[in-house]
Amino acid sequence: MEKIKSLADLKKRREALQSDLNLREMGDNAEKVIQVKVAMATCGIASGAKKTMEAIIDECQKNNVAAVVTQTGCMGYCYAEPTVEVKKPGADPVVFGYLTADKAADLVKKYLIGNELLEGIIPVNYEKIDK
Amino acid sequence: MDTVKLTIDNREVEVPKGTTILKAAQSMGIDIPTLCHFELEGLDIHNRPGGCRICVVEVEKRRNLAPACVTECMEGMVVKTNSIRAINARKTVLELILSDHPADCLQCAKNGRCELQDLAARFGIRENPYMGGNHVQSQYQVEVSPSIIRDMNKCVMCRRCETMCNELQTVGALSAIERGFPAVVSTAFNQHLDHSPCTFCGQCVAVCPVGALTEVDHTSKIIRAIADPTKKTVVQVAPAVRVALGEEFGMEPGTIVTGKLTAALKALGFDYVFDTDWSADLTIMEEGTELIGRLTRYLNGDKDVALPILTSCCPAWVNFFEHQFPEMRALPSTAKSPQQMFGAIAKSYFAEKINCKREDMVSVSVMPCLAKKYECSRDEFKVNGNPDVDYSISTRELARLIKLANIDFASLPEAEFDSPLGESTGAGVIFGTTGGVIEAAVRTAYEVITKKPLPKIDFEELRGLEGVRSATIDVDGLKLNIGIAHGLRNARKLLEDIKAGKCQFHAIEIMACPGGCIDGAGQPLHHGNSDIIKARWEAIYRADKEMPIRKSHENPSIQAIYKEYLGEPCGHKSHELLHTHYFDRQTTVEVDVDKK
Amino acid sequence: MANYKYHILICGGTGCHASQSALIKENFEKLLKENNLENDVQVIGTGCFGFCEKGPIVKILPDNTFYTQVKPEDAEEIIKEHIIKGRKVNRLLYLDPKTQEHKDDSKHMGFYKKQLRIALRNCGFINPENIDEYIARDGYKALATVLEKNDPEWTIDVIKKSGLRGRGGAGFPTGLKWELCRKNQADQKYMICNADEGDPGAFMDRSILEGDPNTLIEAMTIGGFCIGATKGLVYIRAEYPLAIHRLQVAIGQAREYGLLGKDILGSGFDFDIELRYGAGAFVCGEETALIHSMEGLRGEPTFKPPFPAVEGYLKKPSNVNNVETFANIPVIINKGWEWFSSIGTEKSKGTKVFALAGQINNVGLIEVPMGITLREVIYEIGGGIKNGKKFKAVQTGGPSGGCLTEKFLDTPIDYENLIAAGSMMGSGGMIVMDETSCMVSVAKFYLDFTVEESCGKCSPCRIGNKRLHEILTKITDGNGTMQDLDELRNLAHVIKDSALCGLGQTSPNPVLSTIDNFWDEYVAHVTEKKCPAGQCKALKQYIIDPDKCKGCTACARNCPVNAISGTVKNPHTIDQSACIKCGTCYEKCKFNAISIK
Repeated sequence: MEKIKSLADLKKRREALQSDLNLREMGDNAEKVIQVKVAMATCGIASGAKKTMEAIIDECQKNNVAAVVTQTGCMGYCYAEPTVEVKKPGADPVVFGYLTADKAADLVKKYLIGNELLEGIIPVNYEKIDK
Repeated sequence: MDTVKLTIDNREVEVPKGTTILKAAQSMGIDIPTLCHFELEGLDIHNRPGGCRICVVEVEKRRNLAPACVTECMEGMVVKTNSIRAINARKTVLELILSDHPADCLQCAKNGRCELQDLAARFGIRENPYMGGNHVQSQYQVEVSPSIIRDMNKCVMCRRCETMCNELQTVGALSAIERGFPAVVSTAFNQHLDHSPCTFCGQCVAVCPVGALTEVDHTSKIIRAIADPTKKTVVQVAPAVRVALGEEFGMEPGTIVTGKLTAALKALGFDYVFDTDWSADLTIMEEGTELIGRLTRYLNGDKDVALPILTSCCPAWVNFFEHQFPEMRALPSTAKSPQQMFGAIAKSYFAEKINCKREDMVSVSVMPCLAKKYECSRDEFKVNGNPDVDYSISTRELARLIKLANIDFASLPEAEFDSPLGESTGAGVIFGTTGGVIEAAVRTAYEVITKKPLPKIDFEELRGLEGVRSATIDVDGLKLNIGIAHGLRNARKLLEDIKAGKCQFHAIEIMACPGGCIDGAGQPLHHGNSDIIKARWEAIYRADKEMPIRKSHENPSIQAIYKEYLGEPCGHKSHELLHTHYFDRQTTVEVDVDKK
Repeated sequence: MANYKYHILICGGTGCHASQSALIKENFEKLLKENNLENDVQVIGTGCFGFCEKGPIVKILPDNTFYTQVKPEDAEEIIKEHIIKGRKVNRLLYLDPKTQEHKDDSKHMGFYKKQLRIALRNCGFINPENIDEYIARDGYKALATVLEKNDPEWTIDVIKKSGLRGRGGAGFPTGLKWELCRKNQADQKYMICNADEGDPGAFMDRSILEGDPNTLIEAMTIGGFCIGATKGLVYIRAEYPLAIHRLQVAIGQAREYGLLGKDILGSGFDFDIELRYGAGAFVCGEETALIHSMEGLRGEPTFKPPFPAVEGYLKKPSNVNNVETFANIPVIINKGWEWFSSIGTEKSKGTKVFALAGQINNVGLIEVPMGITLREVIYEIGGGIKNGKKFKAVQTGGPSGGCLTEKFLDTPIDYENLIAAGSMMGSGGMIVMDETSCMVSVAKFYLDFTVEESCGKCSPCRIGNKRLHEILTKITDGNGTMQDLDELRNLAHVIKDSALCGLGQTSPNPVLSTIDNFWDEYVAHVTEKKCPAGQCKALKQYIIDPDKCKGCTACARNCPVNAISGTVKNPHTIDQSACIKCGTCYEKCKFNAISIK
């Protein structure tokens, strides 16, 4: 391995290495980044939630969005699966329904980046995430 | 010099910076009790572990009590040596030490001269709260070696012996082993001293405050021998004894008591009272001849000759190089020590003279030394199992014998040594201190080599109490480089130099004890007062000056024995009786000299 | 190219390692491969999570799932349910002892809620054997900053202002210690790390060494630069093989990266670290004893002054800090002294790691801000007393600390407060005792340790502690007198006042603090010959209630020493002088006729 020769060199090395730990850092600081929870109960899985989740992760990475994408249990909106709950720091959680994998790009670009709502929003009537 | 001002027991005092509270208090006449603390100022020996905690004092603004022996005085310090808190702590600590110490004072070799006993008396300890119920004491095996008895049940962990063994002597035989309550000073893996690198120099015994380390006592055996009508008792007295024995009888250190000593030995009933100084002169003849022989070969181009020649009269030093530098054992002179030369002559030449069978003669030596006890037990100094010297006793043991026999030493009329092994010279006397052996050798070598009388007998350049000394003596054009070391720490330095090829000396004198035999481990206890050693040292040279003859080869009795019995120095008969050989007795203990 | 969606962190600390965590890791790796998931899920062996009570720990990120007491065979269920199907394995989730609820997110666990992890920041988060992960977490950034500033005084000033104090126990200001050593000129100086963690039950240093060895390397290098030392020495106990291994790996990687050795980060500063192994003597945690041990001499303390800053290793100026102290250094440099000094109390800044043990629900390693109360630690983080028993005392500061009672539960924890309460911070042991603990026996238990671990150099510690122990034994054997209690107190005070080193000066603390706080319990042992907690065997009395005894002879037949007499169908009696209090009769009696007094 090549030696680190200066502060700048170290900084470069650090930046290159940081992405490897992103997942852990975000999990550890979940309250400070966007949290995306994909409902993954039987109903969700049957409706393709797993593919949705993978697509969201891919899109986030593509667009450099710092988001924790995790799975959660059934949210009770089985009719609207796959459902995805998004909690942006400082904002109330919003739940999107019928979010199939093909809509993942839209979700990321419009809401996660652009703060623009998508169709299929289920009104907030509960609080899931600890503030 | 920088000084600091402080208050001790409400009195102001100004002392040099770096002074301990103990020293400052002493300078004001305040006697803080101590136990582990031990110093020999002039010889750079300090045992200050701060371990016994008997000397604790109260220092204002300090959380806990301070050990006076190691705490340095600071500007504005306020010390109370006699506060009830300090006194209670000291008394409690003393009770603790006593609670782990056998109470067999009546039979203890140190009875009456034990520092712990003194403390117990001073503190008026009558009962001990820590001795009741399920209290236990340390249990160790008492160990007897030819010179030293170790009764570690009495050890108070003052570590003085360890300091002597490791720092002064770099022998490394003794150090603390175990932890916690069983912690004790012992040999590595608690092996017997005989199997350790111990040289039996006995410096540990000389400083032990209690009865943990004592000499093997031969006084009873000597009483038996004198009382036995079938035995002829022959006693020899080493030079250093005559300048120290007086201390045991309340005389000033440095009093020369040769005449009274001789009288006392006669009063005790020894049949023949002789002088080791006589065999010291004999040693010079043998060793000096050996030196001249090796030098001549060297000067004639023989580069393999074993040089420098090392003296071999100190048995602890002999043990030291046999253990630690066996590969260099060709260097020391093969001449026996004066004690052993005397023994060999007494049981041959003299025994024949008085027509006494070897087995019927009991040969006793009075030595300032404990290693001599070991030396006379070595197999090579025996004939058919009968030793040349049967018993070697220390100056202290002799004092006990004299007291036992209610001899009033102070008022004894002086007496002379018997003839023929009692005649000696000033050269024999100075064997008793560092530098003396080599000076005696030079006095003789000079005249033998140059065939001219010495212009000046006193070689001041060889005298002194510095650990390592060197001098170049001009022997009529031949530059003789002399090295001198006393204390095995210093001997080690010279040996390392020789090993590294950095040594330019032709001859080196080595004594194991600091100051030489005057501070031997068999001498009256000096309790850390180096002025006593200084006084003995001066007395040795005074005694030399008082002698009518001051060169060994001029001793008529020595000249006579060569003529009628031995032939010539280093001749056939001499080799048989007066020379020895050395062994490899290496152990695997290493000590770093530079590490304190 | 791997695009990980999950990181599975598996604790590789000594405790979990002993419970087969290596096999768990192996199983995960094997199963991921079988399921073609090796590019989706990364498995990382980490250092200790601190929650050793429930080990082995497996944590899954980014969703902060905290699985406890995982067995190697559980790996399959976790992969199938959690990773593939996205359903957490409920039975392995941490169960809150109070609410009986499974916590699906570690952030909701009481154990972690009140913790603030600075020294332990990387433990249980990164792979300790991979320097890259350390660098990614701002590792060596502080060193780079310090070297670029090239102003040791600035760095020392930052440490001084931060208020960081020695975490080894005595609490000496670290910055000041460095400054003192810096001031002494010498051709060679040494930066020494005390990793001779000797307090039984305390393992924070081991945890840092195992979980984040690079932080030590970075901090020692910073310290070396500040005091002017080019050599670092880590005195580590040989009983810490895993810590030694990880530290060696880390040193090797740091050398490869040029973060140790010549010309570090192009600054011209040279520094390297060597390990020295200790044999595990408690007293070698004392800095002078530690230095002697490193020199190959007997490990025993010497009187200070001279302090190591003047005359240390090989008589050269040396600075000794403990592992936890070092672990704080890089964070202080990175985040600033202002940030660090905003945490804690007036005189004790930052956090302290405690090893929580004893009769408490959540045994483990915790890091809390100074100033937190014992109550918060015991009841919130520790989850309260085990089995619903009553709290009796908490012993802090290791074997030479003191026992604190209920009245100190709301005292904010810092150096000064603990000393004022009769205990000390020590290296951070914290042992909680419930009502069944006999405080005389507790004092005796700690004395057992100090008697064993005293180096034997000074008389008060060598003999005094032994005598203390003997008097305590006399009391627990039922032979004590009021006079003994006086002697006990006097002796304890004298030892504290006159012993040579910190070990001896603090060894009577368990005795003094239990005498102060549980005097009545001592008196009960002595005057009533009774152990209120019922622990002292010699003071137990088995008594047969003649009204309940049916004379079945079961007790008498089973008594191993024939201490019970009586005839059939008549009440039996126990000869107290013959009874060895084995309890057999008590167990054999079918009529509850035997009681323990």
